[in-house]
Amino acid sequence: MTATPRRVVVTGLGATTPLGGDVASTWEAALVGRSAARPITADWIGEYDLPIRFAAQAAVPAVDVLTRQEVKRLDPSAQFSVIAAREAWRDAGSPEVESTRLGSAIGTGIGGIWTLLTAYDTLREKGARRVLPLTVPMLMANSSTAAVSLEFGAGVGAHSPVSACASGAEAIAYALDMIRSGRADVVIAGGTEAAIHPLPIASFAAMRAMSQRNEDPEHASRPFDSSRDGFVLGEGAGILVLEAEEHARARGARIHAEFVSAGLSADAHHITAPEPTGAGAARALRDALRSGDLQPSDVIHVNAHATSTPIGDVAEVQGLRAGLGSALDQVAVSATKSMTGHLLGAAGAIESVLTVLALRERIAPPTINIDDLDPAVDIDVVRKDPRPLPATGDLVALNNAFGFGGHNVSLAFRTAG
Amino acid sequence: MASEQEILSGLAEIINEETGLPTDSVELDKSFTEDLDIDSLSMMTIVVNAEEKFSVRIPDEDVKNLKTVGDAVSYIAQAQG
Repeated sequence: MTATPRRVVVTGLGATTPLGGDVASTWEAALVGRSAARPITADWIGEYDLPIRFAAQAAVPAVDVLTRQEVKRLDPSAQFSVIAAREAWRDAGSPEVESTRLGSAIGTGIGGIWTLLTAYDTLREKGARRVLPLTVPMLMANSSTAAVSLEFGAGVGAHSPVSACASGAEAIAYALDMIRSGRADVVIAGGTEAAIHPLPIASFAAMRAMSQRNEDPEHASRPFDSSRDGFVLGEGAGILVLEAEEHARARGARIHAEFVSAGLSADAHHITAPEPTGAGAARALRDALRSGDLQPSDVIHVNAHATSTPIGDVAEVQGLRAGLGSALDQVAVSATKSMTGHLLGAAGAIESVLTVLALRERIAPPTINIDDLDPAVDIDVVRKDPRPLPATGDLVALNNAFGFGGHNVSLAFRTAG
Repeated sequence: MASEQEILSGLAEIINEETGLPTDSVELDKSFTEDLDIDSLSMMTIVVNAEEKFSVRIPDEDVKNLKTVGDAVSYIAQAQG
């Protein structure tokens, strides 16, 4: 009988984001408070009467990194996940691990939408015979985790939780279970998304979820500001190599942080609107604290989901208050989507990478574009400049991720001991 | 109408694009499966692209008889004729 669960640590980080093509450049840009939002210059932008004509596109296009064959055989969403996974794996020291002890868990909100819609164009314009045989393996939502599993020989399982914008965080939570349950010693986990395509833009715009600041993209993503008017669509991937602590110590791996616990819940309230009191978000947060044997006062930093939508940001504040109580007043809250935009299914993964870095470097990244803090946001938001966290002692930070459908995930990380 | 040499080089480009194999490794006597290590999914992709490039139709029942690059070149040349 094991009284305490296996400890799980983060030994590898990888990312390709609107701020940079890897972890170092992303982190550097985040600390200086750079916005990644730009006008879309793709040839299709003028074809449709899109109400939104800007986005936070990947800083380094996948085609600049991968071989031509890889680009042809992988949907852009899988391309991003492979790029980030390779970086994370290298960063982890390319651990030697049996295929039967290695897993992958990579979520996406939308999956291979470029492949799906391009194939439909081919079908209509050229007929069924011209639809390529790789269409199905490229469009399926599990193609990213499958590609990574194939490349690294992850034989334990290749999972792909789908929960809209909570997908990446849910995949990381699932990876924790894979290690704790004894199925795996190492899991490549995270999220990916490549949905800067006219159809998702038109669809998100139809529900009035996106900022319409076409004339001023860099100031469009403004979580917690009074004049926020929706999210800015981003793309990319974030990957963590998660590892059983004893496995990491045995091979002398560098440990970025401990992955303490995960909490999950569903609002069961509305298909898109968050439960306004934040009760569901608070349940996930408390679940993470309880299962990690943490107290609210242990938490020093939160990387909030905060997408810059009028309703969502305030609901999250309510949830944080309900989950942490008065301890919330001592918590430095960062909304990094103000810089990266909203990477949908990759958001929770990118933000987990940033949360781990905040703990390792003991500094909370800033939230940009807050000119007038919403009075309903009665929390300590890190604004403009990064803020140093206590230089000594164990620190705990949370990463929140929520998704359409009412999905709530809170992940808890701690400085490496 | 393309010559057999033109068909071979066109096919080599398609195969290179799909698999990354150098174009000069695509020779008439090479077997798609044994020598070039092309799986059935890649073979179908190559067929779709060849049909488009050479304006021919290669029915599935004929694809299985195309064992070598030379088989495919002859087939396409005949189908064009």
